Amino acid sequence: MDGLDDIVEEFLVESHENLDQLDTDLVALEQEPNSRERLSSIFRTIHTIKGTSGFLAFNRLEEVAHVGENMLSRLRDGALDLTPTRTSVLLRMVDTVRSLLASIEATGGEGTVDVSAVVAEISAAMEDRPAEAAAPAPAAPVAEVAAAAGTEAAEAPAAAKPARKTARKPAVEAPVAAAPAVVEVAEVPAPRPAPAAETEHAPAAPSADDNSPARRAVADSTIRVDVDLLDELMLLVGELVLTRNQIVQYVGRSNDTDLVRASQRLNLIASELQEGVMKTRMQPIDHIWSKLPRVVRDLGIQCGKNVRLEMEGKDTELDKTLLEAVKDPLTHLVRNSVDHGIETPDARRGAGKPAEGVLTLRAKHESGQVVVEVADDGAGIDPAKIGAKAVERGVVTEAQLARMTPTDVLQMIFLPGFSTAAAVTNVSGRGVGMDVVKTNIEAIGGTIEVESVAGKGTVCRLRIPLTLAIVPALTVECAGDRYAIPQISLQELVSLDAEKAANAVEEVGGAPVYRLRGELLPLVRLTDVLGLTSDRHDGHVVIAVLRSEGRRFGLVVDRVINTEEIVVKAVGGQLKAIGLYSGATVLGDGTVALILDVQALARRALRAESAERQEARVAAAVAAKDTEGQRERMLLASIGGGRRVAIPLDTVTRLEQVRTENVERVGNREVVQYRGAILPIVRLDRHLGAYGESDREVLEVIVYSDHGRSVAIVVEEILDIVDGEAAIRSDIEDMGLLGSAVLGEKVTELLDVRAAILAADPAFYTAGPAHSTPEGVSASLMEV
Amino acid sequence: MSTATETRTPDGATPAIGGQLATFWLDGDLYGVEVAHVQEVLRSQSLTRVPLAPTAVAGLINLRGQVVTAIELRERLGRPPRPADTDAVVIVVRLHGEAVSLLVDAIADVVDVDPADFEAPPDTLDGTARDLIRGAFKLDGQLLLALDVHKAVSA
Repeated sequence: MDGLDDIVEEFLVESHENLDQLDTDLVALEQEPNSRERLSSIFRTIHTIKGTSGFLAFNRLEEVAHVGENMLSRLRDGALDLTPTRTSVLLRMVDTVRSLLASIEATGGEGTVDVSAVVAEISAAMEDRPAEAAAPAPAAPVAEVAAAAGTEAAEAPAAAKPARKTARKPAVEAPVAAAPAVVEVAEVPAPRPAPAAETEHAPAAPSADDNSPARRAVADSTIRVDVDLLDELMLLVGELVLTRNQIVQYVGRSNDTDLVRASQRLNLIASELQEGVMKTRMQPIDHIWSKLPRVVRDLGIQCGKNVRLEMEGKDTELDKTLLEAVKDPLTHLVRNSVDHGIETPDARRGAGKPAEGVLTLRAKHESGQVVVEVADDGAGIDPAKIGAKAVERGVVTEAQLARMTPTDVLQMIFLPGFSTAAAVTNVSGRGVGMDVVKTNIEAIGGTIEVESVAGKGTVCRLRIPLTLAIVPALTVECAGDRYAIPQISLQELVSLDAEKAANAVEEVGGAPVYRLRGELLPLVRLTDVLGLTSDRHDGHVVIAVLRSEGRRFGLVVDRVINTEEIVVKAVGGQLKAIGLYSGATVLGDGTVALILDVQALARRALRAESAERQEARVAAAVAAKDTEGQRERMLLASIGGGRRVAIPLDTVTRLEQVRTENVERVGNREVVQYRGAILPIVRLDRHLGAYGESDREVLEVIVYSDHGRSVAIVVEEILDIVDGEAAIRSDIEDMGLLGSAVLGEKVTELLDVRAAILAADPAFYTAGPAHSTPEGVSASLMEV
Repeated sequence: MSTATETRTPDGATPAIGGQLATFWLDGDLYGVEVAHVQEVLRSQSLTRVPLAPTAVAGLINLRGQVVTAIELRERLGRPPRPADTDAVVIVVRLHGEAVSLLVDAIADVVDVDPADFEAPPDTLDGTARDLIRGAFKLDGQLLLALDVHKAVSA
C-alpha cells in the first residue's frame, strides 16, 4: 500500500511541475503557432499524465488527458490550426487536470470532478473546421493515431481502436499497434530531428525545449528538504555569524598570531556557510513568474487587449519565504497593468503605438537587494489626476499638493484612502488594492515605488531584501544607545562639522531642512522622535539620508558607528506595538540594538511634523489676518517643569479628576473607566517631554469627545481660561506643539491637540462611529 | 484569559495553583511563579532601553544571542523603583514559546505549596497589582503571593 502511495505522490509532484510548464508553453505557443518544439513539449506532458493515470487507474484523468492528447497530436501534425478558442480549450483542460490532481491529493480519489464538459468542449473545438470535416471528423476520437500516422484517410477504424489502448503504455505496445507507433516515430524526425524519440519516452528524455531540460536535470540531482529544517539551519547560521562577529572583535585586540589566523579562517568559513545555507533557500523568481503568462493571457482576452509578456532575469534568485510573500503582490501588479495600464488596441493605435501592448517583468540583483520591475507601455498615470483625486478625497490639501513633486504625487496611489475609491481607478487607471500590495511588500522589509510617464507607460519597482534573516545595516548612535538602520532604506550619509552645520541646516517655517545638492531635504532628529536628549553638543550634524515610500528625508543621529550584517530578531508584542522598531539585533560586542523601522519613522515624523504643521501654521496665519480682533478662548494648564500649555477651549468637552488607582492598562496604553466607557489617557507631561510629579493621587483630566469617541488628556493643574491673542506668537516649537504665544503675560505653548489625541488613541480620527474628517481638529485650531 | 493560559501549563496540573512555585522578593514581599514557566535565573544583565516603550518595559537583554524583553516587575506592580545601589535579578520565563524576563529584587527558594493554604487576593491589595496577583498562600510567618505571570508580562 505504501509503495502505491509513493508512486501516486511522485506522480502528483511531477504532474504539478509539468502543468506549470504547460501553462507557459501553451501561451507561448500562441505567439509562435508553428513551433513544433513547443507542441511536442506540450504533447509530451499530457501524454505522460495520460499514461501514468491509466496505469494508476484514474480513469477520468486519463479520459481528459486522452482527448487533449488527440487534439495536440493533430495540432502538432498540422492537421489543425491553433486558434485562440483551441488554446482556451486546452488551458481549460489543464485546469481540469489540475482539479483532478488536487482531488487525488486530498482524498486519494478523483472525487466528484466532472470531466464530461471539458471532454465535449475539446471534441467540439477539434471539429469546428468544416474544411477538414469529411474524413477526419468521424474519426475524431481516435484521431491521435490517424493523425500521427500522417496517412489519415488510409487508416481503418479497426486499426485505430487498439492503438488507442496502447497509448496508455507505449512501452509495452501490442503488436497490432506497432505500425502506427512506428510511423509516428519515423515521421516526426523529418521536421525536427533531435527530440523526436522523446515522444515515446517523455518522462526521462531530455529535450531541446527552452528550460525543460534544466528542470528535469535538476529534478534528478536534487533531494527534497523540509523547509523547516532549512529555517532551523538558517537560525543557527545566524547565531554563528553573531558569534563570529564577537570573536573577530575580541581577537582584533589580541596579539596572538595563531589566534588571529584561526579567527580569520572562522570568519571566512562562517561567511561561506552563511552564503551556502542562504542559497539552499533560494529559488529563481521564475517559480512565481511561470504562472503569469497565463494570467496575462486570460486577462488580456477578458479585457479585449493584446498584451505580450516579456520576462528578463528569470534566473534571479531569492529566498523561498520572500518568494512566496512576493507572489500575490506581483500578480496583483501584473493584473493591474493589464487591466488598467495597457490600453485597448484601438486606443493604442490612436496614440500611435503598436496595437500590442508589452508588459515587461524584470528582475535583477542590485546592491544586496532584488529589484523586480513590472513595466507596461500603456497610458501611464497622470499625476495631476491623482493629485486632484487626493484633494477631493481629503488625503491632502491643495497647498500640500502644490509642494509635492510629481513623483511624490504618484506614490499616493499606495495610500489606503485611494484603494477603495472606484472613481480613482476609472480616472487614473490604478489604485485598486495598491495599499495592500505595499503593506505586503513592506511586511517583508521591501519597498515599492512607482514611476510613470503619461502616455508612455508605468513602472512599479519592488525592492526586496535577499533574505529576511540577515540584513546589512548601518549602526548609529543616538543619546548613548545604538540603533540599526537597514541598508535598504539608506541612500547616503552626510556629516557636517559645527561651522558648516550652522549654515547648512536651515529652517523652513520651523522645520529643519538641509540643502542636499540644491534640493531641500527635510530633517528629522532621531532624538526628537524617540523622546530622548542628544548627548552631542559640539554642533556636528550627522545625517543619514533615507528613502521611504518615494520620499527622502534626513535622519539626524549623534554618530555613525559602522555597517555590519545583523541578524534580525523578532521583538515581543509590547515593543511591536510602539510601531517604530522592526526588530532587534545583537551587535558584535553582545549588546542589543533596536532596528529602526524606517517606513514607520517616516510616516510618523514626516506627515505629523512637516506637512501638517506647516499647513496648520499657514492656515492659522491666514485665519488670524481674516478674523482680526476675534479671539479664541484658551484653557491654560501646567504640565510640570514650569511649562504652561494652552488648549483651545472648543476642544475641551469636560474637565474631570481621576484617581490614579483607577488608571488601568490596555496593552501598553493607559485607560480609565469613565461613564461606562473606556477612556484612553495621554499624559501631557510625557507626551511633551516634561517631567511632572508622577505619584499624584488625583489626576487632572481634560476630556475631549468627538463623534462618540473620547480621550483624556492629563495635565498637572488647570490654571485659567484666557482669551488667546494671535498677535504675540513665535515659532519656537517642539514635538506635539504648534508654537508658543504670550498668554496672561507668560510664555505659553500651544498644544497640538490632534497629535496629543492621536498619542492616546491612534484610531481616534479614523475609526470613529460617525464619519469624521482628518482635518477635524486642525480646522478648529486654525481659527486661532 | 487566565483559564485559557492555565490549561496550557506544560505540566498539565490543575488550574488551582498548587505544586511548586519559584519564589522571589520584591519590595519586601514574597512572590511566586509556577516552576514550569521558569526557564532560568540570571544575575543583573545590561539592558538596552527602548524609547517610547511602556514604562514597565525596562529594556532588552541579550540572552545567549536571543533578544528578550525585560519587564520591571516593581513598575508593573506599582511599587517604588528599586534602590539605586541594588542590582535586579532576572527571571527568564517562557510563555507560549516566547521568552520574557522579569526583573525582581532577589531570588528565593522553590516552595511546595498546598492548595488548601490558598486564598483570594487580600483586600488590601491595590489596583494594578490586584489584577496580577491570583492570590496568596499562607505560609508560616509569611504570605506568598502567586503572580499571574501571563498578565505580568503583557505590559
